[in-house]
Amino acid sequence: MNAQINKQVLREHFGIHARPEQVVVALAGNPNVGKSTVFNSLTGLRQHTGNWPGKTVDNAQGVFSYRQTSFLLVDLPGTYSLLAHTIEEQIARDFICFGHPDATLVVLDATCLERNLNLALQVLEITPRVVICVNLMDEARKRGIIIDVKTLEKELRVPVVGTAARIGEGIEDLKEALWQVATQSTHAEPAQVRYSLEVEEAIRELSSALDAVPTGPLNRRWLALRLLDGNPSILAGINTYFELISN
Amino acid sequence: MSLVYTQSWLDKASNKAEEIRQRYDNRIADLIVKDLYANAEEIARKAVVFRRRSRGWDKKLDDILTSRRFGYPVMVALLGAVFWLTIVGANYPSDLLALLFSRLQEKLTWFFSATGLPDWFHGVMVLGLFAGLASVVAVMLPPMAIFFPLFTLLEDLGYLPRVAFNLDHIFKRCGACGKQALTMCMGFGCNAAGVVSCRIIDSPRERIMAILTNNFVPCNGRFPILIAIGTVFFAGTLPYGLQSAAAAGVVTAMVVLGVLLTFGVSWLLSQTILRGEPSSMVLELPPYRMPQLLPVIYRSIIDRTVFVLRRAVIMAAPAGALTWVLANTHIGDFSILAHIATLLQPLGQMIGLDGFILLAFVLGLPANEIVIPILLMMYLSTGRMVDFASLEELRQVLINNGWTWLTAVNMMLFTLLHWPCTTTLLTVYKESGSKKWTAMAFLIPTVTAFLVCFMVTQAVRLLGLV
Amino acid sequence: MEIGLANLSLADLPAGSAGCITSVEVGGLLRRRIMDLGMLPGTQVRCVRKAPWGDPVALQVRGSIIALRAEDLRKIKISPIINREG
Repeated sequence: MNAQINKQVLREHFGIHARPEQVVVALAGNPNVGKSTVFNSLTGLRQHTGNWPGKTVDNAQGVFSYRQTSFLLVDLPGTYSLLAHTIEEQIARDFICFGHPDATLVVLDATCLERNLNLALQVLEITPRVVICVNLMDEARKRGIIIDVKTLEKELRVPVVGTAARIGEGIEDLKEALWQVATQSTHAEPAQVRYSLEVEEAIRELSSALDAVPTGPLNRRWLALRLLDGNPSILAGINTYFELISN
Repeated sequence: MSLVYTQSWLDKASNKAEEIRQRYDNRIADLIVKDLYANAEEIARKAVVFRRRSRGWDKKLDDILTSRRFGYPVMVALLGAVFWLTIVGANYPSDLLALLFSRLQEKLTWFFSATGLPDWFHGVMVLGLFAGLASVVAVMLPPMAIFFPLFTLLEDLGYLPRVAFNLDHIFKRCGACGKQALTMCMGFGCNAAGVVSCRIIDSPRERIMAILTNNFVPCNGRFPILIAIGTVFFAGTLPYGLQSAAAAGVVTAMVVLGVLLTFGVSWLLSQTILRGEPSSMVLELPPYRMPQLLPVIYRSIIDRTVFVLRRAVIMAAPAGALTWVLANTHIGDFSILAHIATLLQPLGQMIGLDGFILLAFVLGLPANEIVIPILLMMYLSTGRMVDFASLEELRQVLINNGWTWLTAVNMMLFTLLHWPCTTTLLTVYKESGSKKWTAMAFLIPTVTAFLVCFMVTQAVRLLGLV
Repeated sequence: MEIGLANLSLADLPAGSAGCITSVEVGGLLRRRIMDLGMLPGTQVRCVRKAPWGDPVALQVRGSIIALRAEDLRKIKISPIINREG
């Protein structure tokens, strides 16, 4: 019960007013990957746009139903990474970390997968409840780029769906994958980034210093990495998190 | 658990992190990104097969659209073509709507007199409210409903980032950001939307600069004025086939002038109240994508129509009623409208306009769409308009009220340069969070408009050209 | 043409040729941006084209096209690589 209330408080902090039985899905992706096309083809006209609370950054939310479950899709700002150098990246990261999404959908551009995987891997470091959508498959085919979705799924160890949102290809599969991840309790164990020895050494050293630190929903290894990035904005996020749940 | 407890632990942790970073020569953030990409590369290597390397279409298109020789001419030509299509396409529906509305107005007038309703009520409701609404819809809706989808197609095609790419060097010289070109493109649709789109500019200084100058791009509510005046005064005497092309040329020239002034004002700002070095720019040039023609056209026509009709009902109808009341309420020998216009007359004269035109612009503050309808209503306060979109009639009305080609030029300049509408000003306030910048967003265009019109008028008069 | 190889930067790449990044000598937000886009030491970058005034410059990086200003590119050092794609 308490957890339910916490979840609601946290979401409302981000301006997300979901009904208790509603499933919240965060939508992440690079700019120019057809993220809004995916958003539109999932939600149709049932959407509204505004700003993130207190920020001049666009926020779009939309709803759709699948298998008698109502989904609330939250469009995160388009970013190249979640390392929080800009306000957009910070919003995207904080929502995935603290906004309690039941699933995060990461949209990748099939025509430049490498750069897009960089973002996907960063999301997978935060949460295992992820569905990967490789969009623009039609465009990639036209350019002679073939994406092996099965291999990708094996490598990332989370559901991967190839789509061409413009023509509606793969959208039903995407809904099914989202439904699986958001409502089933089986947890994926996604691929983790392998760091070089130097970085691993630094993580180990800092993690031991973090042993007794309460980190909320975050794992220690990831928090250590962010502190090593030298970007203290995550600390403010953790602080807000504890403030919200203690009230 | 107490917050102080948490905070102190986190402080300790970040101090420790700082110590480790120092030991690694501050390279650790770079190493993390490098490792992330190494993982991404490895996965991509397994999951992606390149059958052939082709950027055929993109390369060929970019070879033309961003080339030294054709880049700029194509930009202007595309703009001209969009305006030409808008003008040609708007003619027929405009005429049709005008016909429809004048029939409807006759019916309404007949109905009002048959039911014995008082004259003043007929005036307010039919000659004011209905006529205001009708002329906004007939004159403004068709060009807006055609221009917008055309522009959306260019946007969806991926052309706009190329415009930013082509123009960035000039923007940099003016101390601004090339992405300002994108925000200006958004301004064609609506300056308020243009101001919001300035969010894509990272540097706060350059963002404010883009916000303050966005108004120099004529929005959807203003370029139909340019089209109407341009067609009537500068294309009306040409053979029919050439009229649209000439009008498109005039409008394009005005837009180019607006862009040049944007450069000039940006430069001035960067030398004065927004001093600073241009920051860096990272601009992605996405591949060209074939837009989905029908959905885009369908959706944006519907969007525009709803948008215009909404504004027509909220702004134009009450403004029409108010104008009729002002024009028909007399104090002494003259109507209130005439009194105010007389007051504004000297100022209007100085910049080659007249008191009525200035008053129409003042009353048009909530929405520029209503400037021409209001102006006509004022000029015709004693008579009535038969056809809402007949250019010949428009021309006669204007000439009867003392318009010369110089008045037309100044009308177009003033339309292009004058203060933003209230929606845009409110948006500037929301986006900048500052009263000062909102005031500047009003003052900069206003001063520019008066200055430019004054100089043109005085120069032309001095040379004895009118 | 003699260019000090140690000092070759992305700004020196003629359109159509490629280089391998050796160091990114930019600071601040731009550095983070450049790295997030995958322009790292060891990454191959191709100069696709230059804008009408010769600036900014469009680069092909990991399958996408990114435009940067010449003065920023001057701070990204490269070693030239043989051009196989013509």
